[in-house]
Amino acid sequence: MNRRQAYETAQRRRSLTVAGISTAAVLAAIILLVPLTPGWPQVRASFFDGGVFAQTFPTLLRAFLIDVMIFAWSVPLILTLGLAIALARGARAPALFPLRIFGAVYVDVFRGVPVVLTIYLIGFGVPGLGLPRPWNSPYIWGTVALVLTYSAYIAEVLRSGIESIHASQRNAAICLGLSERDTMRYVILPQAVRRVVPANMNMLVALQKDVALLSFIGPVEILRQAGIYKSLLANFTPYVVAAVIFLIVTVPATRYADHLLNRDRDARS
Amino acid sequence: MPEAKLSLRSVHKSFGGNHVLRGIDMDVATGEMICLIGASGSGKSTLLRCINQLEPIDDGSVWLDGQDISEPGLDLGPVRRRIGIVFQSYNLFPHMSALENVVLAPRRVLQEDGDALNARAEALFDRFGLAQHMRKYPDQLSGGQQQRVAVIRALAMRPEIMLFDEITAALDPELVGEVLNVLRQLRAEGMTMLLATHEMGFARELADRVCFMDGGVIVEEGPPGQIFSDPKVARTQAFLRTVLR
Amino acid sequence: MWKYLTTAVLSTALMSGAALAQSCSDGKTLVDGKLTIATGNPAYYPWVIDDAPESGQGYEAAVAYALADAMGFAKEDVVWTRTSFDQAIQPGAKDFDINMQQFSITADRDKVVDFSEPYYTAPMAVLVRAGDGLAPTLDAMKEMKWGVVASTTALPVVMNTIVPSSSPLVYDDNANVVEAMKAGQVDAALFDLPTALYLSAVVLEGGQVLGQFAPDATADPDHFGMLMTEGNPLKTCVDAALATLKENGVLAGIEAKWLQEATGVPLIK
Repeated sequence: MNRRQAYETAQRRRSLTVAGISTAAVLAAIILLVPLTPGWPQVRASFFDGGVFAQTFPTLLRAFLIDVMIFAWSVPLILTLGLAIALARGARAPALFPLRIFGAVYVDVFRGVPVVLTIYLIGFGVPGLGLPRPWNSPYIWGTVALVLTYSAYIAEVLRSGIESIHASQRNAAICLGLSERDTMRYVILPQAVRRVVPANMNMLVALQKDVALLSFIGPVEILRQAGIYKSLLANFTPYVVAAVIFLIVTVPATRYADHLLNRDRDARS
Repeated sequence: MPEAKLSLRSVHKSFGGNHVLRGIDMDVATGEMICLIGASGSGKSTLLRCINQLEPIDDGSVWLDGQDISEPGLDLGPVRRRIGIVFQSYNLFPHMSALENVVLAPRRVLQEDGDALNARAEALFDRFGLAQHMRKYPDQLSGGQQQRVAVIRALAMRPEIMLFDEITAALDPELVGEVLNVLRQLRAEGMTMLLATHEMGFARELADRVCFMDGGVIVEEGPPGQIFSDPKVARTQAFLRTVLR
Repeated sequence: MWKYLTTAVLSTALMSGAALAQSCSDGKTLVDGKLTIATGNPAYYPWVIDDAPESGQGYEAAVAYALADAMGFAKEDVVWTRTSFDQAIQPGAKDFDINMQQFSITADRDKVVDFSEPYYTAPMAVLVRAGDGLAPTLDAMKEMKWGVVASTTALPVVMNTIVPSSSPLVYDDNANVVEAMKAGQVDAALFDLPTALYLSAVVLEGGQVLGQFAPDATADPDHFGMLMTEGNPLKTCVDAALATLKENGVLAGIEAKWLQEATGVPLIK
């Protein structure tokens, strides 16, 4: 080990020590000080009741499967529709001008309206037109509401990705005789999609959380189940349980996405 | 109707209020190599882009084998695949390996199929000394290697004419040679070529004809021996004095 | 002037025979001399007529003024405020003395808040769309798609007494359940009888109260209690005043006046 390496090792050890001590200090302060606050006994009884936690966890976990299900069938629909809208917004040919207008209006409307409102309007409104069961299911129309909203966001993300690809790439493809379609499909989109993976991962994490909003139109998923327990037990611990279950899924998901991105980057340099 | 392989007739091009090409006339014969020289902003790059219709021209006409390819509404796909172009900034597709870069257009445009196409592409890589690099991605290649891949990519379309837009200008000096060697090789094989270049020595060595451009017009043209040794026009003399000093 | 007024109020209180209650609540209310009562936002018929509790019209509004009177507060000393269900059961300080919005008394809720003695015992009733040809029998009800409000005790009744073949849908409030009925997403909904009557008459066009459960047929009939903060010293005064109102028949009179619709709905067998 030369002098520089020795110096850097020492530096690293020193910053690790500092980070460890400061983290421990903050944690200790929280653990020691929070219980001293006058309201802590009530808060602990309301939010951190071990008995309630154990009692509600299995049912809440099962209810969470409904969230996962809705998420799983929404994602492919959102990505497909989002891509279609992004391409519609980028259409260059004058004949496709109405398509561009449609794309712009679509994105403005569904990004501008809170998800909850869209879920109410579509979840109750469309079935209210008189659709027979099972076609009036809140699962179907709640999913439609999520797909409409999130595809608008994804479309914008994709469009920004497409626009971030330098014009010279398009020129190079056109000059090789590739059609506009092939240029988009083989040259622009693969680069654009890769570039917006982090933004889209964030979207999907947000979607995973917003799936819970479907509870407003009936489905008893985890947020609703936690609310039911809260009413029955007059205790907020079920919400803490729900939060923990969400974290168990979303934290590894985001970490895994980061890992994929890094691996992709490492493999190519 | 012009008889030459490629002909330009009083081509004009403006960008906004900037009149970049002010009436260009030119004829290129099959197998001929023409070098465009001139200061930056003299219109060399724009001229090349107007030839393959990457930029639509405002006035005049461009003819390829007796066909007016500047006619509005013409399907440009079939025209562009006959005219290869290589840019200063390589413009390889970064998400594809060198080989994928090369086979994309032949596969999609010429409908060539896998094995035969791959064999043809590999032969091209071999011919230009890049066989061991063809599985690499652009960011794993040096500038000179990337530019050679860009040339191969254009050649894979079996173009009848090749346009080169300052293809050595972005390279480190020690990498210029390998790219110029590719051009020498093409010249020897009889490719019809049009180069915008700052490499005066190279132009002098290989060009059939040199055109000096300034202010959007061709000020003087002739065989390299005459242009470089005995320019007739004062502006050509002034330009050559600054670059050859 | 002030002295005179106080004397006048005092003597009125004395005359109405509530001198004991008056001294009972002294200094125990949020604002001395005022009784702050919370209701829902909005408050519904038949509990509060026209969302105006100050009028004393509607069951809970009338009970509130009768209670205040029995506790020795003049009509103008009653101050109204509004809260949501969640605000009412959260730990911490409250901005009301008592909260009346059809809170069902449950043992679990009683751990975090105080309830008065019941001021009403409501039977459960089934709301349906008229013309669906549904029969008021338990067997028929097992095949219906049920909707309930999350924060009421209706859900356990559906799950334990009716035991339907498909899982119920759960909503945040009455309006959403009604919307789901309109959309054909649920066949039947379980409310306490007064709510069901109100919804069938006013909110759900073509609504019908299919039947009611006998209060004792329900494993755990709903008792409505007035909600107070845990350990509120006012509770003894409220309970004493309620006992008086039950004894002298005032409460029964108010119930007859505002909730008399309880007739004419068949019993579910």
